[in-house]
Amino acid sequence: MELLSKSASELASMLVKKEISSVELTKAQLDNIDKLNPKINSYLTVTHELALSQAKQVDDQRAKGESLPALAGVPIAVKDNLATIGIATTAGSKILQGWVPPYDATVVKKILANKMPILGKTNLDEFAMGSSTENSAYGPSLNPWDLTRTPGGSGGGSSSAVASMQAPLAIGSDTGGSIRFPAAVTGTVGVKPTYGAVSRYGLIALGSSLDQVGPVTRNVMDAAMLQDAIAGHDPMDATSLPESLGSMTEAAKNDSVKGLRIGIIKELTGEGFQKGVSEKFNEALEVLVAAGAEIVEVSCPSFQYAIAAYYLIQPAEASSNLARFDSVRFGLRVMPEGAATVEKVMSATREAGFGPEVKRRIILGTYALSSGYYDAYYGSAQKVRTLIQADLAKAFEKADVLVSPTAPTTAFKLGEKQEDPLAMYLNDIATIPANLAGIPGMSLPVGLAKEDNLPVGAQFLAPAREDARLYKVGAVLEKLLEAKWSKKMMDFAPELKVN
Amino acid sequence: MTEITPELVRHLAGLARIEVTEAEVAQFASQLALIVDSVATVKAVASQDIVATSHPIPMANVFREDVVTASLTQEQALSGAADSDSGRFKVSAILDED
Amino acid sequence: MVQKDDGLRSRAEGELMAKDQLMDYQKALEAYEVVIGLEVHVELNTNTKMFCGCANVFGDEPNTNVCPNCLGFPGAMPAVNGKAIENSIKIGLALDCQIAATGRFARKNYFYPDLAKNFQTSQYDEPIAFEGKIDIEVPSGKVFTVEIERAHMEEDAGKLTHVGGSTGRIQGAEYSLVDFNRAGVPLVEIVTKPIYGAGDEAPELAAAYVRSIREIVKNLGVSDARMERGNVRCDANVSIRPKGEAKLGTRTETKNVNSLRSIERAVKYEIQRQAHLLSQGVAIIQETRHWHEDRGATSSGRPKSDADDYRYFPEPDLVPIKPSKEWIEQIRATLPEKPAVRRKRLMELWGFSELEFRDVVNSDLLDEIDETVKAGAKPQAARKWWTGELARIANSENKDINELAITPLQVAQIAELVESGKLTDRLAREVLTGVLAGEGDPAAIIAARGLEVVSDDGALLAAIDKVLAEQPDVLEKIREGKLQAAGAVIGAVMKAMSGSADAARVRELVIQRATEG
Repeated sequence: MELLSKSASELASMLVKKEISSVELTKAQLDNIDKLNPKINSYLTVTHELALSQAKQVDDQRAKGESLPALAGVPIAVKDNLATIGIATTAGSKILQGWVPPYDATVVKKILANKMPILGKTNLDEFAMGSSTENSAYGPSLNPWDLTRTPGGSGGGSSSAVASMQAPLAIGSDTGGSIRFPAAVTGTVGVKPTYGAVSRYGLIALGSSLDQVGPVTRNVMDAAMLQDAIAGHDPMDATSLPESLGSMTEAAKNDSVKGLRIGIIKELTGEGFQKGVSEKFNEALEVLVAAGAEIVEVSCPSFQYAIAAYYLIQPAEASSNLARFDSVRFGLRVMPEGAATVEKVMSATREAGFGPEVKRRIILGTYALSSGYYDAYYGSAQKVRTLIQADLAKAFEKADVLVSPTAPTTAFKLGEKQEDPLAMYLNDIATIPANLAGIPGMSLPVGLAKEDNLPVGAQFLAPAREDARLYKVGAVLEKLLEAKWSKKMMDFAPELKVN
Repeated sequence: MTEITPELVRHLAGLARIEVTEAEVAQFASQLALIVDSVATVKAVASQDIVATSHPIPMANVFREDVVTASLTQEQALSGAADSDSGRFKVSAILDED
Repeated sequence: MVQKDDGLRSRAEGELMAKDQLMDYQKALEAYEVVIGLEVHVELNTNTKMFCGCANVFGDEPNTNVCPNCLGFPGAMPAVNGKAIENSIKIGLALDCQIAATGRFARKNYFYPDLAKNFQTSQYDEPIAFEGKIDIEVPSGKVFTVEIERAHMEEDAGKLTHVGGSTGRIQGAEYSLVDFNRAGVPLVEIVTKPIYGAGDEAPELAAAYVRSIREIVKNLGVSDARMERGNVRCDANVSIRPKGEAKLGTRTETKNVNSLRSIERAVKYEIQRQAHLLSQGVAIIQETRHWHEDRGATSSGRPKSDADDYRYFPEPDLVPIKPSKEWIEQIRATLPEKPAVRRKRLMELWGFSELEFRDVVNSDLLDEIDETVKAGAKPQAARKWWTGELARIANSENKDINELAITPLQVAQIAELVESGKLTDRLAREVLTGVLAGEGDPAAIIAARGLEVVSDDGALLAAIDKVLAEQPDVLEKIREGKLQAAGAVIGAVMKAMSGSADAARVRELVIQRATEG
């Protein structure tokens, strides 16, 4: 167990020193998955043989003295909305049950090129629509801190896997907070890079102008190393940034926040936030101030429209992105009763294959785009994006990074918000603006809320392409908090009792 | 309160090719009315003279060379299909019979 | 292929065969004013598709030029072919269009089994080119300026094959098969503004317009421009309104009009059909109609339920196109001469009369004759072959002349053989038949069929003597200097030689014989 709770960077250095082999590490990791996954449901598919054969290959290469990438031999979990050759890819939906892609997502290619054994594919809300994994067609994942609660969503499979030592690292995707919110409620680190920093090719699209792939880890350095491994221009993704954003690993070696201007976003503090969340958030700020950072207050008044704009743009894009699930070329086909025309087969398949939240959003998005409503809804929502970008540009004149709690509350109970879609949507209030504006955001654990002993996350935001700033401030805060607690965040976690 | 009638839900579901049940129509109509009411706040900026942002990071002219790259094999292309025939995807008749 | 024969099929067939009533064309034109609008789709001949690196080729095995993008697999993303953008700008410039400072792709959302993503990546409110014009000359010699509203880029859909039921038609088919090789092939759609005032020449103008577009894109080298392969396809909008009426009539859009002949026929048909309905007080329904070449009629297409709501929005997976002024000027510098300039130059170069030249243009034979002349034929000979014998054959076979299996080089070779006296006209026609039948080049056919001209004077003289002996009075007349009398003798000799003689030589020999005596 001690081995499995080590960070990816520690494991990487043990592998280099040959204190352990990748096969040993991967096997131990798979054993823990076999033990925990039936209960926690982090993985939809576990790829035992593939992971071990990849591990063996790395060990062989290392034995021959070949030069290997930094994370070579460290196993990883991949969210099940990224296409993987030969491995079932479901996006958490019944409509894709059993579908095996004949191509790899670019991120998956990069993971393979970095010689990281793939442990399996992690659970998510169907097509990443949700904040709890309760919308997965394959059942929810559980929060290892309290098995009656959500590990967040949509990437609750990845967050719960990393938080319960079923993987040292995982890949997530973040459209409105799907990496950062799960990180906050599981005491892990989650980063949504700048839009376009990591290729979206092969990521099953939700909101194409919002989606971004990023790391889910147990500390800041691991996230930095993983972002370095998966980032970079991809000619297959026209929205991929042409330039390199520099080394996040180097940024994560930073040890000072002296003179750093940290902007507190007025609209994302105070009322509406759980007391214990605000307390831990403020304690983290005090720690940063004590270390020489400067706190300023900034205002982003247009954030009041962010959720509304998001729940127009994302369903609109999703309604179009999900049109391809029509039973013709891949995926489920349901034959209707009576005479089958292709139109009826498509409708019957989509009725049976999609869950209620997906249907709700497709219908909402169809409404937002339909003639007569476009200008009022989709058009206005795109204008809100412009306003949010303008607010952020002004805020970043006063501050180097912005900060807020990642979410208004700690992990909520499974079932608590399932019947109330609006309440569920409000959960994303702090994370959504970064997606609308395309800027990078990081959620970092800052302790446990007094009232429920559950993890609290702080979110840092930086201007587009300035992802390195997040790693600089995150690394220092992490170090200061660990010093204050005299232990790591995960050491607070209760012992997991399964069976 | 925005009027999301059952007829509108049926029409939208039709456009989206989802064969909704009557129970779903009723449920979606009431839920969508609430959601649409709440997202309608964006209308406040609709009239304003603001440029729409459709892409968060401004870029232009991203082109590819006109050079042929590898395609899938026919077998790979059809591997996930529910039904195929003579190298093609097979679907039910396209028009209703009447 | 499964052939299904049941009540379903006969009912669909019955509907198809229902005959429209038509008003006499001239009467229709007296009562109504015609407004047409044309949408021409041009398939670009780039090496690869619009949004992925799959090969853009015709006729390969089904679903072999496809990738996750062409098939709309989850997570696949488009990547724009820069050459297709360049070629679209070329088309825009050739049509005197303005090139957009910012062009953008948009998604046109509708479900159809040949549309892999169930949206077509197209352009909506920001097309690459807009506001152009082109002068079109109709057969009467009148010139119309057709205004271009826009030229925008989009991707082609896959190809459906309907199986069972009636012969390959969608109606009554049992099931359909989809091949996505064509999915994603780059298209440029050129849309005219409404064209007024063409009157009874509207059908000819429509065909002449499409001919010009074809000529332009072919000369630009951006499309193979073969209508029979669907490289150039036309949708024709037709509406009519009572003369003096200010309000536009309801229009129909006739699709599937894929030859120059059928464009003309389809427009004429719609004018007559609509005129009859209006004269009976029946309103025209705004609808898509299909042209049936075999029956020479249009039929009502089934209205698509989503047709009025495509839910366009900017394609979030692609970034805008902002062609720099420098790039546009660079492209402009590569444009070939404009068709009107070219025509003027060729008319002078070839020395055709205006009538001859117009005939060539209207027969869509400019390129063929140009290439035939370049291959060594004399201009008049090239003209005669194409507008004469070849046009006749095409017409009798109900084909576009460009579809005939003969190259300009082969025509030039035949013309040269006639010119040098190695072939008579009759023999040349036989060689032509051989070429069209795929028997090879003229030389090979002459050798194989033994079609050399008889140039042996001895054999010719023997035949002449025989004819002259039978017609002594003719001999007298020639001796008196009435040379035209020789014609009858020459004709009889040619007949005796089964046409394999050189008529000019026969004439020389007849006169020589007559004067000898």
